[in-house]
Amino acid sequence: MSLRELKVCLLGDTGVGKSSIVWRFVEDNFDPNINPTIGASFMSKTVQYQNELHKFLIWDTAGQERFRALAPMYYRGSAAAIIVYDITKEDSFQTLKNWVKELRQHGPPNIVVAIAGNKCDLSDAREVLEKDAKDYADSIHAIFVETSAKNAININEVFIQISQRIPVLDAEGSSVRGFKLRRQPAESTRERSCC
Amino acid sequence: MPSHPEGILESSDPTSEENPRTQDHQPDLQKLHIQSSETDSGKASQDSALDNGHDDSGEFVVTMLARSKVEEQGMGTKDASSPLSETGTPLGPPSHRNEDVTADSWRQHRKHVFVLSEAGKPIYSRYGSEEALSSTMGVMMALVSFVQSGDNTIRSVYSDEHTVVFTQRGPLVLVSVSSSRQSEQQLRQELLYVYNQIVSMLTQASITRIFEHKKNYDLRRLLAGSEKILDGLLNLVDSDPSILLSAVHCLPLASSLRDSLSQILQKSITPNLVFSILIAKNQLLTIVQEKTVIEDARLEPSDLHLLLNLIGASSAFQAGEIWTPICLPSFNPDCYFYAYISYLDPPECTVCLVLLSTDKEAFYSVAECKRKIEEAMQTQNALNSIAKAHLYSVSQVGVSDLRHFMYKPFDVPDNHRQLTQFTSPEMEAPYSSEEERMRLLDLYRDMHSRIHSTSRPLKLIYHVAERETLLAWVTSKFELYTCFSPLVTKTCAINAITKLLRWIKKEEDRLFIRYPPKYSTTPNPSKSSKSDAH
Repeated sequence: MSLRELKVCLLGDTGVGKSSIVWRFVEDNFDPNINPTIGASFMSKTVQYQNELHKFLIWDTAGQERFRALAPMYYRGSAAAIIVYDITKEDSFQTLKNWVKELRQHGPPNIVVAIAGNKCDLSDAREVLEKDAKDYADSIHAIFVETSAKNAININEVFIQISQRIPVLDAEGSSVRGFKLRRQPAESTRERSCC
Repeated sequence: MPSHPEGILESSDPTSEENPRTQDHQPDLQKLHIQSSETDSGKASQDSALDNGHDDSGEFVVTMLARSKVEEQGMGTKDASSPLSETGTPLGPPSHRNEDVTADSWRQHRKHVFVLSEAGKPIYSRYGSEEALSSTMGVMMALVSFVQSGDNTIRSVYSDEHTVVFTQRGPLVLVSVSSSRQSEQQLRQELLYVYNQIVSMLTQASITRIFEHKKNYDLRRLLAGSEKILDGLLNLVDSDPSILLSAVHCLPLASSLRDSLSQILQKSITPNLVFSILIAKNQLLTIVQEKTVIEDARLEPSDLHLLLNLIGASSAFQAGEIWTPICLPSFNPDCYFYAYISYLDPPECTVCLVLLSTDKEAFYSVAECKRKIEEAMQTQNALNSIAKAHLYSVSQVGVSDLRHFMYKPFDVPDNHRQLTQFTSPEMEAPYSSEEERMRLLDLYRDMHSRIHSTSRPLKLIYHVAERETLLAWVTSKFELYTCFSPLVTKTCAINAITKLLRWIKKEEDRLFIRYPPKYSTTPNPSKSSKSDAH
């Protein structure tokens, strides 16, 4: 079975649950008192997808403003970006739109974008309608799911959908690291898979 | 060597999205008066929480100055959610952020620390939310600028119960309000640590640039989520003598083991890697420096304290491998290193590896060094040996009546290039409770301030206290603080110290890093000089 390394970065406002999503995906664990990420945290997890093994190299970035300028270092060369917002915070959805803009301008051309509306267990305090977010995601051809890292809802699904969207390797291409993907001439998929 | 700080703040425009409501904290007295009488004019509802805090907490400083007790006025800022809070606030603020700043319990904290900008804008408060305290901080800034307007600098204010120490660093004003009876000098040093911890996150150059750009910038935007680190530092300052002694506490370790750990670090290098640091149980195991670095500069204890505090204060480092910019202010206040931080023994997370590089892009090659280090440690079963290392008991010294000591040598080999260190046994009974430990530290702090008094420095103090007898001694070769049982005689104490010094001499290879190791890497000038944030 072939192994592909896929670099994935998580972006989004501070406190929306990026680290909790990663923690749930990698360790299947949840800590309600998790500390804000400092800089960025690197983790990996390998999952089987069809007849391939996908090793996700995950960059969980800090959402705080002082680390904002470091983001390009992490999304550069990423095969996918998961942009997270908090369904109970309208502002975090606005921040998400700015991230989409930034990725469109400076990100790798065929990066797969996934939008995760986290904290869907707190639907009583909902500020962002699922339909609005879904429509927005569709308009930019992004993956969309509402997730709950706390209740383990849709966390694995995000990564499965990313696996599905990652372009199939061409015959001679044995991708060692995710960043090789951006060298693939994918002019036609560019419009579709990227924002 | 370290890269310039432009990177981190480049794309975040410090002037954008500024909250216009908080602009009216001007640093002079007149404005403050105006502000308090102005509240009805249109923006009353938005400012209500601020005003509630205003009367009461503003009086806090005044109260102390006037030495009078203010009656509670029952105006609650109990609801901590303030209209001034910005978007994207950190999750789950610790409970003392929500403290009622009008309550007696708030006033009774032993040591308050406030950080504000020159425009009087709150940046940090150890207890209570900054918003609720904005008028208190306004008063503080008023005091600073009032004295400044007479071409003078306010340094401290004393009352029966409190010492208020002011210090200004660039555009930041730091204030300590303490009933700990520490000396002004000590409190000022602690404030400097707070300043340096902020610099370690933002760099001095960035802070200066931000405030040059916009005088009333709200620096909390950039420090959001970092309050815990400052809280942790202040707890460390209170509970750990390292900062008082400006020295690093190493974990006692057989020198052969320490040497082999150093060798492992020395062998696992990559271009632009400058420091490799191994920490266990929040204490230093070993530190290896690049050769050229050790020749022009050394890592100061204070920088290492800030680094240790950063790692200890946040559990964020326990998940995955961290890559973050960090500035070491004593080394260079204007530049960032890039720190690779990873625990080697998850999930216990007691042994931590820190690799500092000047190359922002070096994560993967630095992470590779970690894998080499991990492998080499595994073959030597080093983690097991480290787990067995612990602080020693004072009973090992074999001197009866000796309860505790702190010893800071000056005569270590290669001293001028060496990290200043100290050694100290565990605090045991009768100093096993939190309170008793603090009481002993207070006694040490008092001895320290008297022996280092600027007006009348001393060499030796023999102090018979109520429940113990202390002896402090400073020579050209060491600084020593000892604590004995209360009934010890002077002769007895001096004999005990002779024995203690002999014991330390015998054990010094285990207690201290005697010969700091170095490695040389081939510098990679194309990468080390500049970093840009894309």
